[in-house]
Amino acid sequence: MSLRFNFALGLALVVLVVLGAVLAGLIAPYDPIMDADLMNSEMPPSWEHWMGTDGQGRDVLSRVLYGARVSLTVGLISQLINSVIGTALGVSAGYFGGWWDDLVNGLTNVMLAIPSLVFALAIMAVLGPGLPSLLLALGLTNWSWTCRIARSSTLSLKNQGFVQAAKTAGFGNFNIMRTQILPNILGPVLVIATLGIGGAVLSEAALSFLGVGIRPPQPSWGNMLSDARELIRTAPWAAIFPGLAIFATVLGFNLLGDGLRDMLDPHMRTRTA
Amino acid sequence: MTAPLLEIRDLKVHFNLPRQSLLGPRRVLRAVDGVNLTLHEGECLSIVGESGCGKSTTALTVMGLQEPTSGEVLYKGKPLNGPGAPSRKQRARIAQMVFQDPYASLNPRQTIGSTLLSQLKLHGLASGSEAQDRVAAMLKRVGLQPDHARRFPHEFSGGQRQRIGIARALMLDPQILVLDEPVSALDVSIQAQIINLLMDLQETLRLSYIMISHDLSVVEHVSDRVAVMYFGHVVEEGDWHSVFTRPTHPYTRRLIGSVPDAEAILTGARGVPDGVAIPSGRSFSPDISIRRDPGQSSEPSALVPVGSDHRVRLAI
Amino acid sequence: MSQFLPDPVLSVRNLRLGIGKRYEILHGISFDILPGETYGLVGESGSGKSVTGLAIMGLLKRPLSVTGGTIHFQDRDLLKMHPRERRQLRGDRIAMVFQEPMTALNPLVTIGRQIAEMFVIHRGMGWPEARRKAVEALESVRVPAPEERAHAYPHQLSGGMRQRVMIAIALACRPDLLIADEPTTALDVTVQAGVLELMAELCRAEGTAVLLVSHDLGVIANMCQRVGVMDQGRLVEEQDTRNIFTNPLHPYTRGLLAARPRLGSRTPGQRSRLIELDEVVNAKDRGRDMPTLITPRGPQLAPETRA
Repeated sequence: MSLRFNFALGLALVVLVVLGAVLAGLIAPYDPIMDADLMNSEMPPSWEHWMGTDGQGRDVLSRVLYGARVSLTVGLISQLINSVIGTALGVSAGYFGGWWDDLVNGLTNVMLAIPSLVFALAIMAVLGPGLPSLLLALGLTNWSWTCRIARSSTLSLKNQGFVQAAKTAGFGNFNIMRTQILPNILGPVLVIATLGIGGAVLSEAALSFLGVGIRPPQPSWGNMLSDARELIRTAPWAAIFPGLAIFATVLGFNLLGDGLRDMLDPHMRTRTA
Repeated sequence: MTAPLLEIRDLKVHFNLPRQSLLGPRRVLRAVDGVNLTLHEGECLSIVGESGCGKSTTALTVMGLQEPTSGEVLYKGKPLNGPGAPSRKQRARIAQMVFQDPYASLNPRQTIGSTLLSQLKLHGLASGSEAQDRVAAMLKRVGLQPDHARRFPHEFSGGQRQRIGIARALMLDPQILVLDEPVSALDVSIQAQIINLLMDLQETLRLSYIMISHDLSVVEHVSDRVAVMYFGHVVEEGDWHSVFTRPTHPYTRRLIGSVPDAEAILTGARGVPDGVAIPSGRSFSPDISIRRDPGQSSEPSALVPVGSDHRVRLAI
Repeated sequence: MSQFLPDPVLSVRNLRLGIGKRYEILHGISFDILPGETYGLVGESGSGKSVTGLAIMGLLKRPLSVTGGTIHFQDRDLLKMHPRERRQLRGDRIAMVFQEPMTALNPLVTIGRQIAEMFVIHRGMGWPEARRKAVEALESVRVPAPEERAHAYPHQLSGGMRQRVMIAIALACRPDLLIADEPTTALDVTVQAGVLELMAELCRAEGTAVLLVSHDLGVIANMCQRVGVMDQGRLVEEQDTRNIFTNPLHPYTRGLLAARPRLGSRTPGQRSRLIELDEVVNAKDRGRDMPTLITPRGPQLAPETRA
């Protein structure tokens, strides 16, 4: 019962954020960059500015809405890169075994040992700030869980009759991985991806907060927080609302991921059936 | 006698086991340790034995799913492994396999039709409506309905799934079918149906079977020849009638004597028929009174003929 | 003659179970087990034989539950007992041996301790004494070198040895009833014979009644005095073991016996079809009660009505 509720709440939060990002151009009351009004800076929430204004007099609501675009783009695309890398490495390592498996395993362990944010920070330092390098930095550093799950699922699948049967029928290894193994591990990979999106949103915020992510004046939740740091006593709303947005998005994706996992887990299914 | 269809020559499959300690000796599991077997056309050869005796590993080697450590598998005199061996695709037309567990042997995300069709497409045997017709005909042949092609595996019972497994194995018209415990996961009443189906198919399609089983009553019912495996060796081998009516190796005798047979128990006629006398001064091998470490190499032994088509392993 | 029969250890009457009231899995089955008797329940998967054993043990998993009937164990209705009381009975007076010994044993605890635990819990012994008893128990199930094996973990034993340990645990407190659910199905034939023999011998010595659940008619014939045949949630036939093989009355039983290839039944030079169940049994006879076949045992047994 509460499981269903959690999933619904997660779905609602995610839909809300996606709608905000997609419709930002239509529903944002002000331009997030150009409508700077220094005369009206640090205004508390009011009917004109529902979330108040920041230190440069820009509408916080508009910036939060446009910031959702950045966060979601980073979250979805970087996680997509992670999922593809992780699945490809994990499935091939589990399927072929041998030295390739050892290599992938070693690489995965190294990736798990280094905090991914530190790794991403290093990549950003080399590539310089901006959206493309952010996508790359977060997309290359967080595939280890996907890889592990894909590898262990493949290991248990590859000795099952239908994979062996495909081999004896003459299908090539690539074909077998694509048609026999991949469809059967998509569930867990999807769950990891959903949870990963939340993590990527958080990492984007952290990197932008540190000044190596999205460059101002382009709004992102992370650099909004960074800008509002000095105003935390005089204009707390400038920090609270982007913070709440991050919180809601990450929570939404995590609940969604947990819900998906429970729904796709066959053990859970038999227990409730 | 005609030339054999398939010949297994001195097959060895060894697995390296992890060392027990860092500097401990390297341990080797001799899963299959020098097996010789022949399969003639139209014949059903059964390999019996208990778990870990190497019967399944032997079957997997025939299918190319397990690389042998040494020895060879010959099909019509040509090797199936090593250099010059046929490709996986060529091999597919020679031998196919029916798996033990009907629940794990079908891809849960593929319809039955697409599982069967994809094979025809891969080998370029048929396409379009002709392929559909061949799938429908095959489903009928194994006792299913043509419209079952649209369904997913979970919509079928265990017995039906095993029929689908057989259909899949027959799709490429192979000459040899390797049956790995084809009925042991099924209910008694379903077993009879599947055994009958397999016997019918063997006759109509002129198939040759290698059946792996631990169920001696099923083996006796369908086999032409029987090989008893024990710790990686064939300890007794020959014509089914000879092996079952004159079981000679102590392990074969113990195996037959252990089958809980209802009528025999109730009538008190419980006993194993007499074996063949072995030459005086010779002893059986491997010695089954000692449960040896499977890693340990065994004493020299050889299969010695004790009848027209009946051989028993004796120590040299 | 029925007046001279002792009171049954276990008396199941019109037992029904299912998921709620709507999905019924067991449609009211009744049988008695006499002291020291080995009673076999035979049937195919889905016939309800295993859930019957679990219901008696009180180990049914949600959403399955008993929806009707009674289970009397030595004149006390198990279904009306307080859960705590029932738990105390379990392992002490009623014990169970499962099919898969690997999953039924705790992998992190030595087998000696797992046996000793029974004496500590049910007999209130101290650990040192319980340990001594555990070694004795291992000896009684003929585990070689019991002193040393007591320190072994389940994974260090072979399947047959593990099942012997399970039997030692089950029989530790000398229960009045042992429920054995496919106790040897996971074992090799040559190992199976030894384990069955051991179980029969120990139970005979202690006078323990056994409910043996199995799909294997050979195992049943080997072990049981009486057999109940289950099909589709009903007990369709109950007879003395000898009679069920020589004179099966229900069509389903006849089909089950006919469908099995028998060792030594093939004549040389030919290969014949096996008889399939459907060829012997009409679909309408499947799962149909044959109340006249089930002879009530024990004087206190009331005539019953069946749906």
